[in-house]
Amino acid sequence: MKPIAFTLNGTAKTVLVDEDRNLLWVLRDDLGLTGTKFGCGASFCGACTVLVDGKEVRSCVTPVSRVAGKKVVTVEGLATGDTLSPVQEAFVEHVGYQCGYCTSGMVIGATALLNANPKPTREQIVQGMERHLCRCAAHLRIVDAIESAAKKMAGAKK
Amino acid sequence: MTRPDEPMIVPDGWGFVETIDRRDFLRLTSTGLMVAFAIKPPEGTFRPVWNFATQQRTPPDFNAFLHIGANGRVTLLVGKIEMGQGIITALPQIAAEELNVPLAQVDCVMGDTDLTPFDNGTFGSLSVRVLGPILRAAAAEARAVLVQLASESLGVPVADLVVSDGVIRAKGDPGKSVTYGALAGGKKIERRFEGKAALEKVAEFTVVGKSAPRRDGVDKVTGRAKYSGDLAPPDAMHARIVRAPAHGATVTAVDTRAAEARPGVRVVRDGDLVAVLHPHRDEADKALKLVKVTSTPSPSTLTNENIFAHLEQVAVERRGIGAAGNVADGEKGASQVVTGRYTKGYVAHAPMETHSAVAAIGSDGRLTVWASTQTPFPLQTQVARAVKFTPDKVRVITPFVGGGFGGKSAGQQAIEAARLTVATGKPVRVTWSREEEFYFDTFDPATVVNIRAGLDAAHRIVSWDYDVIGAGDRGARLFYDVPNHRSMAKGGWMGNPPGMHPFNVGPWRAPGANANVWARESHIDVLAARAGMDPVAFRLLNLKDARMRRVLEACAAKFGWTPRPAPSKRGIGVCCGEDAGTYVASMAEIAVDAATGTIKVLRVVCAQDMGVLVNPEGATQQMEGCIMMGLGYTLTEEIRFRKGEVIDKNFGGYALPKFSWLPKIETLILDSPDIPAQGGGEPAIVNMGAVIANALFDATGARVTELPLTPARVRAAMKRT
Repeated sequence: MKPIAFTLNGTAKTVLVDEDRNLLWVLRDDLGLTGTKFGCGASFCGACTVLVDGKEVRSCVTPVSRVAGKKVVTVEGLATGDTLSPVQEAFVEHVGYQCGYCTSGMVIGATALLNANPKPTREQIVQGMERHLCRCAAHLRIVDAIESAAKKMAGAKK
Repeated sequence: MTRPDEPMIVPDGWGFVETIDRRDFLRLTSTGLMVAFAIKPPEGTFRPVWNFATQQRTPPDFNAFLHIGANGRVTLLVGKIEMGQGIITALPQIAAEELNVPLAQVDCVMGDTDLTPFDNGTFGSLSVRVLGPILRAAAAEARAVLVQLASESLGVPVADLVVSDGVIRAKGDPGKSVTYGALAGGKKIERRFEGKAALEKVAEFTVVGKSAPRRDGVDKVTGRAKYSGDLAPPDAMHARIVRAPAHGATVTAVDTRAAEARPGVRVVRDGDLVAVLHPHRDEADKALKLVKVTSTPSPSTLTNENIFAHLEQVAVERRGIGAAGNVADGEKGASQVVTGRYTKGYVAHAPMETHSAVAAIGSDGRLTVWASTQTPFPLQTQVARAVKFTPDKVRVITPFVGGGFGGKSAGQQAIEAARLTVATGKPVRVTWSREEEFYFDTFDPATVVNIRAGLDAAHRIVSWDYDVIGAGDRGARLFYDVPNHRSMAKGGWMGNPPGMHPFNVGPWRAPGANANVWARESHIDVLAARAGMDPVAFRLLNLKDARMRRVLEACAAKFGWTPRPAPSKRGIGVCCGEDAGTYVASMAEIAVDAATGTIKVLRVVCAQDMGVLVNPEGATQQMEGCIMMGLGYTLTEEIRFRKGEVIDKNFGGYALPKFSWLPKIETLILDSPDIPAQGGGEPAIVNMGAVIANALFDATGARVTELPLTPARVRAAMKRT
């Protein structure tokens, strides 16, 4: 057991856990943040994606010790109070989901993508989201949502 | 899914039942010794239990479906579940329409065996098609009764009353009014309507037929939406279950000593079920890896290569699925007889949420199971049987389901959680690993279709002899105008002889229809090519069915189809299908990389006639999802196996459609007010195999008769051409 300190959704957090505990299950089981989903356990599907220092990370293959001192954002940390983030808002507006199970990872992935490239082409959105799987096959609307979020964010910055 | 605000609803939605330790937990756990015993073959233990009836049992009382609170809010109670298909919005639309209340005033409780009326399950695109009319009638009766009650309370004749937004008013005197809430008062409405309450006219619909925003959006993008695996009652333990390494293998010994040496790990054995438990899932995973399993090898000699010959050998029972005229006579009039053999491998459901369940025993001794299931009521019975409770002592609650596609009609994981909960007295969480999901999936069955068709000199199909093994009859009905035809089925997704399949098979989105439509429509294209005709013109020549002609012509117009016999090198294809009462035509444009054999789908146009449309946006989303998901079984998805072992156990080896596959998708839903609402969750997927295979033929002249259309198969077919 070892205390591991990191910032979680804007708040300082210290967990006392074995160093080889896995980030996904510390989030879900120890911290009760169940928005981050288990999908494949092997980093293929992206349901477990979280932001670590603004970049997307597959929490299912990440030891919790690796986020010590870093900023972790889960899907629960994207909205400000009742105000959805532009990406979340766009996913609702364009219905970029069906069953919703991959959605947390999709929304986080899209946020990371727009962090890195605020004005992506449609092709860059497709490439950037390629490692996120959606079995309901809502891909079309997810791409539309991300495109629209990018436009909205660019407009807001002007 | 439960957000009621009235006392009638017990307990408050997601609230957990109180849990107590019924027995000394440690007494049931083993003591760190090696246990030696035989686990029966999984086929015996885990055979999925299907509920054969698809008819909705209608409760005689509309109160079973509707509850009107004192505040006027309407709670719709349905045994269906929400797995992405959007009925959490569509079904309240139907109730709101007939009740004359705003959609926002209707809450929806779904899939709870204590609260909602019996339902066989959410499958077959039945929710709107079959439950819809029942809900509509219930809501219409409730409205009629409320108007009668208002008439008595206000002293105004029924004919002089109008209803809007849940308020009943006297026509000439708007001051005279009473609300639904005041009339119902949150209680059961005892009054019945004599006779049949009048339904709203379709032309006057104000809620149905309009795209209503989905009600689950904000919860799903914020991570608030709860799925079964998200529920953690106090003291709950995660269970990982010891499995045989292959189907048909028998476990002879299990050594749990190393696992048990880890802190916090408990090992539980309940008959054939051995599990390692830990409060944290990742710790339970580590413990499971330390369990040593000894087993005899699977005797199975089947592989994904030899399975089709095996199916042809073992499937003996033929059942007729349609016939007219005499095939032999028909062939006498044919100028050529064309045979074809079409195959399709096993396909996984692979929902993003693996099968999950949480079970807990309340202070009243009842067992509650929260499960990702498409069939909460049949599951209640199965769980009760497994733990030897009476069904009334078992409650199944279905939170949001993370994809089902038929695969969550079987609920083995819930039975496992329930058994372990009863064995330990503790709440137990079972979330299958992706490997377990691939191992225990009830796959879409491998299928062989043999077709023999006669074509006369005038390009008319004069005979059709159709034999399907594996898929069953769905989608096999011949809607072309053929005077002499005979269609037979051997096996299906259920009711197969033992040993026919090396693992469990079950219903997969439009069960059977994907295979049948693929075979028929591929062969129709073969005939069109033999006739030297454009594939659309050939279909129209042989098609009298006005509804199918209309969707085909509408699709061709939207696609901009210009007739030319295939192969035209343009890479365009067509397919017609029918499923769940909906007629659908699809056209696609593809590009083929001749060097690699890789297919890139550029554009898909899909037109469908689904009768009265409830939620246009929702129906369109289902069509888009069907098209994109269908590219999976068409291009890559096939379970590889040998010696009872499923080789691809995760998404590294089993490829689902990805973003880069996304074609331009255009959908069209025809106006069809005279036909009642038909199914929408499945029809558009059935055409995907043939529309792409036909486009491949048009592009290259190569006919691939095996699904999926892998690069190797495409290259081989091109070499043969």
